[in-house]
Formats: sequence, C-alpha cells, structure tokens
Amino acid sequence: MNKTVRIALVALLCVSAAACSKKAVKPTAQPAPVDNSAMTQPDTGAGKYKLGDLESDACLRQRVVYFDFNQTEIKPEFQQIVACHAKYLQDRPTSQMRLEGNTDERGTREYNLGLGERRGKAVSDALTAAGGSASQINVISNGKEKPVCREHNEDCWSKNRRVEIVYTAE
Amino acid sequence: MIKPMRKLSSSFAFILLAFVAIFATSANAQQSLKIDIVGGVRTATPITVVPFALQGGTQPPTDVADVIHNDFNRSGKFRALDKASIVELPSQGSDIKFATWRLLKQDYIVVGRLKDAGNGMVQVEYELWDVNKQQSLLSQSMQPAPVGDLRNVAHQIADAIYEKITGVRGAFWTRIAYITAVGLGNNTTYSLLVADSDGFNPQVVARSKESLLSPAWSPDGKKIAYVSFESGNSNIYVQDITTGSRQLVESHPKGINGAPAWSPDGSKLAVALSFSGNLNIYVLNMASRQETRVTSDNLAINTQPEWSPDGQTIYFTSDRSGRPQIYQVPASGGTATRISFQGQNNQNVSVGFDGKQIAMVQGNGNVYRIAIMDQSMGGQVHFVSPGPYDESPSFAPNASMLLYAATEGTRGVLYSVSADGNVRQRLVLSDGDVREPAWGPYRQR
Repeated sequence: MNKTVRIALVALLCVSAAACSKKAVKPTAQPAPVDNSAMTQPDTGAGKYKLGDLESDACLRQRVVYFDFNQTEIKPEFQQIVACHAKYLQDRPTSQMRLEGNTDERGTREYNLGLGERRGKAVSDALTAAGGSASQINVISNGKEKPVCREHNEDCWSKNRRVEIVYTAE
Repeated sequence: MIKPMRKLSSSFAFILLAFVAIFATSANAQQSLKIDIVGGVRTATPITVVPFALQGGTQPPTDVADVIHNDFNRSGKFRALDKASIVELPSQGSDIKFATWRLLKQDYIVVGRLKDAGNGMVQVEYELWDVNKQQSLLSQSMQPAPVGDLRNVAHQIADAIYEKITGVRGAFWTRIAYITAVGLGNNTTYSLLVADSDGFNPQVVARSKESLLSPAWSPDGKKIAYVSFESGNSNIYVQDITTGSRQLVESHPKGINGAPAWSPDGSKLAVALSFSGNLNIYVLNMASRQETRVTSDNLAINTQPEWSPDGQTIYFTSDRSGRPQIYQVPASGGTATRISFQGQNNQNVSVGFDGKQIAMVQGNGNVYRIAIMDQSMGGQVHFVSPGPYDESPSFAPNASMLLYAATEGTRGVLYSVSADGNVRQRLVLSDGDVREPAWGPYRQR
C-alpha cells in the first residue's frame, strides 16, 4: 500500500474514533520514503501536540539532526523529526526552541562557526517551511567548540556534525 | 622600564608552561621540551652564547645566556653551540681565545656579565664578537633591572644581536596570547592567557565557563579583542590587558559576532557578522562605533578578516566558490578577488609585516597544514607544518617565525616554526588543551 494513502487512512480512522491518539498518525514507523513530499508535511491529523509530549512522544524526543561532511542538506531520514517538531511549534505557538549548529573538527574554528550556523539555518528553514514560525526559533552556532566525541575518525566526526534542538519554552 | 603584567592574576601558577629549547644532544634535557629540527639547519649561522659571569650579588634564578641561546635556536636563523661544547668561559672580549671558537666552527660569540647594581637590581653587560674577524660588533650595558625582569633583558639582548647580524629587527622580546581549555564537558574552564614569546610568564587575562576564541592584539599591544560565548551566543569583547577593563563591542543578538582583527593604526576592528543572514566582513570604527559592510555576498561564509600592513586591503576566507578559499577586498568595500589556488581549501590567513608572506591553513583530504604563500615569488606556496589538524597561523612581528595550533592525541598544543619551516618547537602545557595563538606586536622600551 502506498505510504501516503496509508497515513491518510490512519488519519481517517482517527477522526472517526475520537479516542485514537495522535501517535497513531506519527510517521516514525514508516519505511524510508520513496517520495519525500509526504514526510516533509507536518501531520495534519486531528491530534494536536500538547504540553508534556516533548518527553513522551517518540518523534519529539529525537532532538538531533546529523549532516554529511561540509554539507547543510537535511537528509531524508531526518525529515520526519523536522516534521513533528514543526507541528509541535505550530500546535504550541508559545513554545520556543534554540537550534545549535555544530561541526566536526576539520577546518578552522571561525569557518566552522559559519558552517554550524548554516546547518542551524537549514533546520530552521525546514521547520518554517513545514509550518513552524520563525519567531519561535533562535539559531546559534557552536562551530566545532562542543564536540560530543573527540576521536579523529569518520565515526566520531559524523556524531559531531549535528544540529541540536533545545526547547527554551515548551 | 619594563612593566611585566604582575597585576594580572599571578595566582594561576597551576598552569605550568614549560618551553625550554635545547638540542636533543644537550646534557640538560629538561622536563617537557621538544625541539624538532626538520632539516636544512646547516644553513643556520653558528653562534656561541657563553654563560654570563656573575660579578657580585647572588646568582639570579634566570640564566640570561640560556634564554638568549634558546631564542637563537628557536629562530631557525641561528644554531647556538650546545652547553657541553662550551669549553672556555670568557666574560669579556679581551678574554676570548678566538682560535678555540674557530676550531668549533663558530661565526659569532656572545660574552657577558651580571653586576650587582644595588637595591636588588642587576646590570647586564654583553659583547658580540665576530670570530673570524676578531672584531667587536656590539657592546652594551643594559639598564639595571630587578631580578624578576631578567628574562625580558635577555630577550632584548637577543633582539639586538639578531638585528646586528641579520639586519632584521628581532622579535624575541614580544608576547603571545592564546586560549586554554582545562577540564572536560560542562566542567571546562576556558582562559585567555598572555605569555612571553617563549611561553614563560603566563598570565590569565580572562576566564570563562564557555568557549573563548580568536584573540587579536591591538597594534600598541595594550588591548586584546576576542570572542566569548559566555552569554550563549558569540560576542566580541575588547579587554585592556594591564587594567583588565573590558568592553563589549559586537553583540548582535542574531547570528555570529566573530573573528576580530585590528587595523594597523588601531582605529578600526574588522569583524565577521551574520545578523543579515550569512557571514560577511564588516569594519567597526572604534571611535564612532559605526559598522561598514565590506563584503557584499548573500550566501557564502565570509570570515577571518586580516588587514594588509598598509591598511588598504582586507584578506578573508570565503566559500563562495564552493570550498573555503582566500580572497582580498579593498578595506573600504568593493570587488573581492580570489588569491589562493593551490590545495582543496584554504582558510584563516596571517599576513607578514611587509605584506609579502601570507600564511594560511591549507586542507587536502583530511590533512590540514600551515602553508605560506609568498606574493613576491609569484604566489609560490610552501608548507611549514606536518598536519594533520594544524590551524591558527600567526606571524611574529618580523615575520621570521610563526605560531600555530596543532592536535596531538585529543589535546591541542602550540608550535612555533621558523618561516622557512626548518625549525619547529612545541610549547608544552602540563594540563588541558591549548589553541588559538596570536603573536603580539613589538614592545616599547
């Protein structure tokens, strides 16, 4: 069954059964998308995110987006994280987040500050495109100043090339 | 009169910077030292610095001749005779047996003596002789100085001798600034330090629980501009290093405030700001606080500005061509021109005093090394560091040497290297991570 159809079907079922949790419509269990368009759209299911979901919702609990070397493109596997956080911003207009861009150790500190910011902006742009408001998002860059891993290999570097989503108001 | 920065917190003695230059063959190999002779030192001029005689008073803790000896070796221009080979100890010209030093193939010999000048002051006298011509080249009595200032006196002597022989002003009596990170994770403390050019006498200028970056000396050596993350975002501060007073000079709440660089006359600060959306180079007039945008790019990262010595041109890093490369632009704004064409990417320039030598970080694959491009040699490039994660080149004010940051294991260390790349030496910090070196200007006597 086509994934888009499946989501629509689940959403329909939810509408008809009011007790159905919005979690049922979350796309986290979906296989890797063939067509990204469905994944970049925020869920428009009946359920709205509410206070507390940041701790309990499996998608919202994911707060890190990883990048390829010297790249700022959001990879397909992170589109769903972006989508659910965008929906959260939309559902809770008083919520605020800080996006912290980070890089691996290669290259100079000030250039990496710029690269980290560019990654933060890429996530910010994706969030606003998916329904979040720019006024809810603050982008900062740590460059390569805050690595989570300090070894000199690709495995480690890939963990450091990231944007962390930090909620400053839920 | 020399004014060491005693007002600054001398209580940070836990930061032990050991930076002692000797040849590997020398008998007195001390704790942490490493000198790395990369090759080609045969071209260096042989010179002997005879231990200075004590004529009255008590032996001071500073070995003046040793400080001079180490300055010379670090420069790459000189090869100072190791102590074990110094078989005679003349303290004045009339005592020198030139045949001995000719046999040891020495071109120059330095002799000297320390005299008790009363009130705890020491007067240092020295002479520089040409061994082959048996001719006195320099003979000087230094101003009496307190015992604690003898390292400064020794560096001034090294500068005078260096200039007499090479014709280039010495830069040993200068200071360096750098950042240390001590501790792990949330318990890391970042410090901005200032030390002598050989790493001795480190003094903390600023401390923060958040990252500090990009220290830049004002041309008069009185202030340091730097980036601090203490408020969450990157902001630029200017701090007076003797009084400790500090000004916040760039703090746009949106985006990066980074990469400060003083104009040669000290009236302006070139900075990289991204409040408009992407990083661009701006010039901040320190008196009027007016910002003038210099680069007009709307997509790329434009950062790490450095001024040409005449203040007319700003060099900077930009990835407008896809990967970071070095560009130049008129300091008043205008069209930017790319100047780096060798290597996959180039970043973070330091410009020599005559504007001809431009040092940068060149990245090829996963290897980042310090490269020097010589504008007077048609842009020819030579490497002065081995990589793989070298960065932050900073020329001495006479451009004969550079400092840069390297990574060893998981910790940062600083190296000094001669501009020809032939002599490299590591500055060892006993604890933590050292990075972001900046070589200060000439000091005023």
